[in-house]
Amino acid sequence: MSRGRPAFLAALLIAAALAARPAAADPTVHVIRIADMRFGPAPAGVRVGDAIEWVNADLFEHTATARDRSFDLDLKPGATARIVVRSAGEIAYYCRFHPGMTGRIVVRQ
Amino acid sequence: MNWNSLAIGALAMLASGCSAPAQTAAAPTDPQIAHIAYTAGQIDVEAGQQALKKSKNAKVRAFAEEMVRDHQAVNDQALALVKKLGVTPEPNATSASLSSQAKTKLDELAKLDGAAFDRAYIENEVAYHKTVNGALSGTLIPDAKDPELKALLGTGLKLFQEHQMHAEHLAQELGS
Repeated sequence: MSRGRPAFLAALLIAAALAARPAAADPTVHVIRIADMRFGPAPAGVRVGDAIEWVNADLFEHTATARDRSFDLDLKPGATARIVVRSAGEIAYYCRFHPGMTGRIVVRQ
Repeated sequence: MNWNSLAIGALAMLASGCSAPAQTAAAPTDPQIAHIAYTAGQIDVEAGQQALKKSKNAKVRAFAEEMVRDHQAVNDQALALVKKLGVTPEPNATSASLSSQAKTKLDELAKLDGAAFDRAYIENEVAYHKTVNGALSGTLIPDAKDPELKALLGTGLKLFQEHQMHAEHLAQELGS
């Protein structure tokens, strides 16, 4: 009995790990590349729980800032930053430093 | 004569293929273009630094910080590029006249304070970016031979266009 216990526990742990896997799996990451003073095209098919990652491939420092201020990412040249989308709807964002730079992302449930 | 009309004159000379009698009619060379573009950026960095010393308006200060940061970034890249290409930027009549006009404008702005300074600074930023945009798209970019220099000037143009738009919005807000 006591011999079988560690194996039993291990099996339980593996089962728990397997069960937890779908929830713990990496979210789909949608990348928006910033170059030449522009945000790249909005990704399609974004769902709640997905991540949106901005990659600043520009020479200049930018931000990805939500109009509703729900996020404000500072992106030095070469930097990468992401958010995880928590609700469906439209996200309007812009660069605080360069207000002419704007973008919109549609998030579905 | 104010800085804007002087700058437009200097850059229009370039845009029209340099028609001043004492000058050659030849298009500017890459080393000259590099010097003009670098000087144009440096001028805006110095104008921004002056604004950061004088202005207390949060929006004007944020704009000035953006000018200093962005133009310094593009100029750092320009220095790295000319080094890589083995090109020595060549001082020329256009960059010299840009510098002397900028000095005049800095002196003029130094005498202003508060809202008067803010308005004059932003108005000049609108006009300056407009002028440089015209020179970049009309002369400097088409005349640049090296593809990397051309590409960097293209990036500079997009930057200047965005700055011009930002300055125009600010000018409206300040009631210029």
